Amino acid sequence: MKQQNKSITAEPVFKAFIYVVLITLAILIIVPVAWVFLASVKQNSEFYGNPWALPAGFYWQNFVDAWNSASMGSYMINSVIVTALSLALLLVIALPAAYCLSRFQFRGRKLLNTCFMAGLFINVNYIVVPIFLMLKDGDVWLKKVVGEGFLLNNLFVLALVYASTALPFTIYLLSGYFATLPHDFEEAAYIDGAGYGSTMVRIIFPMAQPSIITIILFNFLSFWNEYIISMTLMSSAKGQKTLPVGLLNLMQAQQSSAEYGILYAGLVLVMLPTLVLYICVQKKLTQGMTVGGLKG
Amino acid sequence: MRRSKDRSIFIALCVAPAAILFFIFMILPTLNVFRMSLFERGAYSPTETFVGLSNFTTLFKDPKFISSMQNTILLIVTVTIITFFFAILFAAILTREKIKGQNFFRVIFYIPNILSVVVIAGIFSAIYKPENGMLNSVLSFLSGHDVMILWKGQQMVVISIIIAMVWQAIGYYMVMYMASMSAVPVDLYESASLDGAGRIAQFFQITLPLIWTNIRTTLTFFIISTINMAFLFVKAMVAKGMADVGLSFMYAQKDAGLYGYSMAAGVVIFLFSFLLSAMVNKVTKRDVLEM
Repeated sequence: MKQQNKSITAEPVFKAFIYVVLITLAILIIVPVAWVFLASVKQNSEFYGNPWALPAGFYWQNFVDAWNSASMGSYMINSVIVTALSLALLLVIALPAAYCLSRFQFRGRKLLNTCFMAGLFINVNYIVVPIFLMLKDGDVWLKKVVGEGFLLNNLFVLALVYASTALPFTIYLLSGYFATLPHDFEEAAYIDGAGYGSTMVRIIFPMAQPSIITIILFNFLSFWNEYIISMTLMSSAKGQKTLPVGLLNLMQAQQSSAEYGILYAGLVLVMLPTLVLYICVQKKLTQGMTVGGLKG
Repeated sequence: MRRSKDRSIFIALCVAPAAILFFIFMILPTLNVFRMSLFERGAYSPTETFVGLSNFTTLFKDPKFISSMQNTILLIVTVTIITFFFAILFAAILTREKIKGQNFFRVIFYIPNILSVVVIAGIFSAIYKPENGMLNSVLSFLSGHDVMILWKGQQMVVISIIIAMVWQAIGYYMVMYMASMSAVPVDLYESASLDGAGRIAQFFQITLPLIWTNIRTTLTFFIISTINMAFLFVKAMVAKGMADVGLSFMYAQKDAGLYGYSMAAGVVIFLFSFLLSAMVNKVTKRDVLEM
């Protein structure tokens, strides 16, 4: 009875403590992100006073300057192209492959499945140097044969590398889903006279829509945010760049020129698409993560 | 007969593009990492000379490589311990306690995970700015006198990286633990509390043993992803040469044109992460409890 009493009086204190801890962490996450949003509409002179002061007005010129004179506009277009292109390539290549690997018996299937599984453990950070050298050697060879090398500093090649390195994870996730479908669907379609291709495209893919959406979400985030491969393969100083790499260059240049407003406007441009997407689909994303597991 | 030929063509058409791209952009480069570590390659010409293990012997005598590996180990240990503690604490609170706005907290805590490391580096450069930075101004306010800590200077830089990495990782692991905790049957907790077990006893005797498999998996994630994320953070946040971790050392050698040397470092880091994961996996092995 004494024990019971004690725990009853302790309960509200404990609850309050829990709320304090939760709210503290929430503040530690929201405040810096919100600070950047506010800072993106501050004038440059406002960065020398109290960092907690609210912006004096909405200085949109930062975004105009970031978009035009800091070339964030063209970087943004590049990023949109690369992300869209690599997502398209990934879906066109991974969907049929995952379908066959999970639902057909053929020679070499086991070997391929093992290889793709092993691919889950290959991290791009390790292989980015050999990929770079391979493309560089390819350029040298092309220069000799065609007169021009076009493998490095090429948005399409970058998209192709993104799509290829995302294959193991994507195929793993899709195969897991395809394997759960009963075979009756295909048999019914074959009896109706449908070929293999049309059965796959018209019957199976529409059913896999939830998994396809999960894949698009995850890979959108990783392609949009990626910068190591992009920085390595698009290294030419005057060449095209993706948004994170452009932002990184701006951050390094900013240390000397102190154009804070433009820098924070650039940060907002990079994170706004991901934040908007996240707020729309947050439930799907955190659920999908535990299905896929492996993307860290 | 015709059907079976159609079938083979169909399978080949479906599988070949994925297999070819996977081979060119993943298998081949991976094999090349190991092969190139045994060669010396000119910075400007693709001629390679076989040098045996000499890249590795130089590597183990290179003080810069040694210190970058020390930083890597320090980051793995500290980031794992701090992140694990907070992630599992918050996961337990959010799944076990009746909290208002549970979903709100989950959504907020996961936000850092969807931001690019470049964006996080930008956010933290605003936090760490020596004058007018968020952190120093809060510290000045709390201590009552002007604090001017150079967070990105030589002395503090590793701590600054640790803070940023923990900030980024907590939400991700929390969501992982929440998923496995919510699979623990509620009646176990009910009967335990009838027997007089408090919150803490319940956590250590029910929650922890039942999600142990999941914890072991995440420990491997911690090792692999800390090695990778440390590289991304150092590359985006830290001035060149200020502090290196294993993979950023590897990348710096590539920039210097020492390709063979760079790949030897890559091989060592890869083997290190593999052995460490295997070791942790073995040490944490327990008999699996059935739910």
